[in-house]
Amino acid sequence: MTDFTQLSLFDVLDGLEKKDFSAVDVAEATVKAAEAAQGALNCFTSIDGDKAKEMAQASDARRAKGEAGALEGVPIAIKDLFGVHGVETSASSNILKGFKPRYESTVTSKLWDAGAVFFGKTSMDEFAMGSSNETAATGPVVNPWRAQGSDEKLVPGGSSGGSAAALAAGISYGATGTDTGGSIRQPAAFTGLVGAKPTYGRCSRWGVVAFASSLDHPGPFGKTVKDTALLTQIMSGHDPKDSTSYPGEVPDMVSAVGRGVKGLKIGIPKEYRVDGMPSAIDTLWEKGAQWLKEQGAEVVEISLPMTKYALPAYYIIAPAEASSNLARYDGMRFGQRVEGEDLIDTYEKTRGEGFGDEVQRRILIGTYVLSAGYYDAYYLKALKVRRKILEDFNAAFEGVDAILTPTTPSAAFGIGSKADADPIEMYLNDIFTVTANIAGIPAMSVPAGLDKNGLPLGLQVITKALDEETMFAVGGALEQAAGFTAKPEQWWA
Amino acid sequence: MSVTKDDVRRIARLARIAEPADRLDSLTNELNGILDWVEQLGEVDVTGVEPMTTPVQTPLPLRPDEITDGGKRDDILANAPKAEEGFFVVPKSVE
Repeated sequence: MTDFTQLSLFDVLDGLEKKDFSAVDVAEATVKAAEAAQGALNCFTSIDGDKAKEMAQASDARRAKGEAGALEGVPIAIKDLFGVHGVETSASSNILKGFKPRYESTVTSKLWDAGAVFFGKTSMDEFAMGSSNETAATGPVVNPWRAQGSDEKLVPGGSSGGSAAALAAGISYGATGTDTGGSIRQPAAFTGLVGAKPTYGRCSRWGVVAFASSLDHPGPFGKTVKDTALLTQIMSGHDPKDSTSYPGEVPDMVSAVGRGVKGLKIGIPKEYRVDGMPSAIDTLWEKGAQWLKEQGAEVVEISLPMTKYALPAYYIIAPAEASSNLARYDGMRFGQRVEGEDLIDTYEKTRGEGFGDEVQRRILIGTYVLSAGYYDAYYLKALKVRRKILEDFNAAFEGVDAILTPTTPSAAFGIGSKADADPIEMYLNDIFTVTANIAGIPAMSVPAGLDKNGLPLGLQVITKALDEETMFAVGGALEQAAGFTAKPEQWWA
Repeated sequence: MSVTKDDVRRIARLARIAEPADRLDSLTNELNGILDWVEQLGEVDVTGVEPMTTPVQTPLPLRPDEITDGGKRDDILANAPKAEEGFFVVPKSVE
């Protein structure tokens, strides 16, 4: 009998094509695995076996008629930030509890149009604000990975932690995420998965709950680079409903995966070597450069002098945009309302009770930096620094084709281990990933090795705007050289 | 620049968030920590730099001024906390 949890997306497509199993078989196995894991991992906000079966039956019928799409019959987990018609979409927040959109996000529409099967929505940090998935209204998500000889519960990273935990546990064959400061790449690194954030505007934001509109990037998680390339390709494309959607053609990302790196120039930015970084990460980074060299790439040191300013600029721009975007949650038209004495009191009680602590903190920061007298000093200044960061990358890409860095400054940490820490300590998780959001350029994380405790670590590939092909070519080369086949030991079901 | 407890109360009011009375001290400290940390942007010389508002420059798209959607009253009201006879029900806002 097939162990569905061990299959990649392309394995499932292959098995369906050969009639080894049907889409209904895959969907049933996926729902069963999801239900069995939910108690221990808490990675779903909802699981919908009926909808999964219905979509899988329709998929089998299409395949029988010879009308199979590119993802025909493949279950894909959906982050709870994407609007799915008639299914609760809460952004893991109490303020949106019970909200069932009467629309479908563009990205999920594209997945269903390609034949993918919905089966459940995954937990996340509330409104995608966090790096550990501990701020979800439904409680922390648990990483399937544990340190060797330990049963301490670790975070899966965030904000797309539910998607990462589910896929790492072998539930589903791909998952959607959103990445505003690292929310796909950091959890991918913490769970031994591939995670990609294409160029800003490649994947439509329409129907996705907004956090920081100029930084929000939908993207996928996959078990392999090729799976991830296919998902990115399907999710991409111009959408007239998103005015920032890129109108150009979507390149063939899947073909790029096996293209190799011969003749490519890879930059190693010296500013990403930070104090206190575990030596395992430094070693892995050097190994990554060596792997690319052995496959015919030239590796050179580069400088991105503005790197250290990316995170502070982000913590002005992202809260500013969030405070504006989240103004819509007023308890009048949708979501939860807490009745007060009058209109203002109702607004204040609704938002005071509906938003969690981290979301409130960011709304307050954003409100402050946009308020009269502070706008120029904080917000405008941050937007100017943002351009300097982009110019850094533009200058670097005149000399190199891609940039190689670690994805995160550490491996997965314990749930609650940063509870008493300064908020900034949590923010520093995104130190290597946030730069690509600021610049809007493609970046992906590829699992590349394990640390001394047996926890996965990722390497990040960054390329210039609209060059996802080179990103996937380098990602594919790293995957091949790393030969990363480690899986978490099954304990959750 | 740093904020006081009164500033935090004022910001909460602007953001329409009920005064977080029990967390006022800790919030003031946290906001000051974050503001101190972002102060380092002051080191960057941005003379003559244009603010960047979007990462990928594309001209703002225009489309013909035509009605392409609508007639969805029931869809729009479906998620309302309170609705009656095709209307949102909200607290009284005009005396």
